[in-house]
Amino acid sequence: MPHDHSDHPHALLPPDPALRVKALETILTRKGLIDPATLDEIIDIYQNKIGPQNGARVVAKAWSDPAFKARLLADATAVVADLGYFGRQGEHMVVVENTPEQHNMVVCTLCSCYPWPLLGIPPGWYKSDAYRARAVREPRKVLADFGVTLSDESSVRVWDSTAEVRYLILPMRPAGTEGLSEEELAELVTRDSMIGTGLPKVPS
Amino acid sequence: MTRVHDMGGRFGDGPVVPDAEGAPVFATEWHGRALAVTLAAGALGQWNIDVSRHTRELLSPKDYMRFSYYEKWISGLADLLVQTGVLTREDFEAAGAGETHPLADKKLKAEAVAGALAKGGPADRPSDVPVSFETGQAVRTLQISGNRLVEGGHTRLPIYAAGAKGHILKLHGTHVLPDSSAHGLGEAPEPLYAVVFPASELWADPEHPGDEVVLDLWQSYLEAV
Repeated sequence: MPHDHSDHPHALLPPDPALRVKALETILTRKGLIDPATLDEIIDIYQNKIGPQNGARVVAKAWSDPAFKARLLADATAVVADLGYFGRQGEHMVVVENTPEQHNMVVCTLCSCYPWPLLGIPPGWYKSDAYRARAVREPRKVLADFGVTLSDESSVRVWDSTAEVRYLILPMRPAGTEGLSEEELAELVTRDSMIGTGLPKVPS
Repeated sequence: MTRVHDMGGRFGDGPVVPDAEGAPVFATEWHGRALAVTLAAGALGQWNIDVSRHTRELLSPKDYMRFSYYEKWISGLADLLVQTGVLTREDFEAAGAGETHPLADKKLKAEAVAGALAKGGPADRPSDVPVSFETGQAVRTLQISGNRLVEGGHTRLPIYAAGAKGHILKLHGTHVLPDSSAHGLGEAPEPLYAVVFPASELWADPEHPGDEVVLDLWQSYLEAV
């Protein structure tokens, strides 16, 4: 039941957020409910092992292999799981493709839903009130904040992640990338290009 | 029927400030700690993702707006631990002194973290609810957004999309209904659809005539047009 009351238990903890986290960690550790080594492991995984490099590999493969791309657009969950990308906050994946006629962008207006196995932990701006409030109503003005301008011919489709389905954008392959290997292509794929607020890098 | 988290379409928030692609995953050390404590406590299995989201939404509007992102998480977690009876207010005041907890045998161990994260928690379930809509069919969302089971309860139909006409883009299968699951009323799985709306159905002054917004919506949020 929703409890709308003013005496939330969190008010019993120190107001400074760093101290508040520390207090909670200490209480739970002393009760035997969490282990600080477990926390270190979770942080290490999301800092060093799971991040946008995963999604970039998927995009580069889709740019290189039309059959893979067709399977990816049809059933992303199974296809990325085959590459080892599955798990928390990526249990139900959909990949959508940018075209010259339609640009795609992902937001979560209600909280901060984001495809963790492919992109890691969302950046601060993705979780900000400004992005959550504005992306659905004025996507071009939001893109301008990222220095991105679309052609007048391109419409925008914004995906508001309101359920447990997570979305990854397949950006358009940049011109001048013929002959590049998958590894070289992956270097061009930015995190923001897979959220739809950026475009891939062009080869220098 | 509004809550502070439901901010899609709101005016007045100012620019989005991008950060660099290579910026640290956690801006400060306690951000990572807040995420990790929340995940490790969640592994005790005393609540689900819908309960946990709803607890953050129950922060008072004043707290929700002044707290940074991970402050919301950590405050929501403290509230959740008491609400589910895992901890008491006295535990907070005594800083956790006393006996080991009965749930201690459920503690997530460091060596089990990678496996637990890789396993995830899928939300699709078999359902007896027949699929009512087909791809391409015109639908309208409920005219008033709000939980129909619990007054002021959790729901995932944003206010900006209430009463809007769109069409079915894709059936995602049958998924746990958050409106029920967030309140201990069972998972109540039902069909979940991607529904596409013209921007002109949602906004007085859309940027482009071809723009669209897609939302993932449960069947009970929708009616045939």
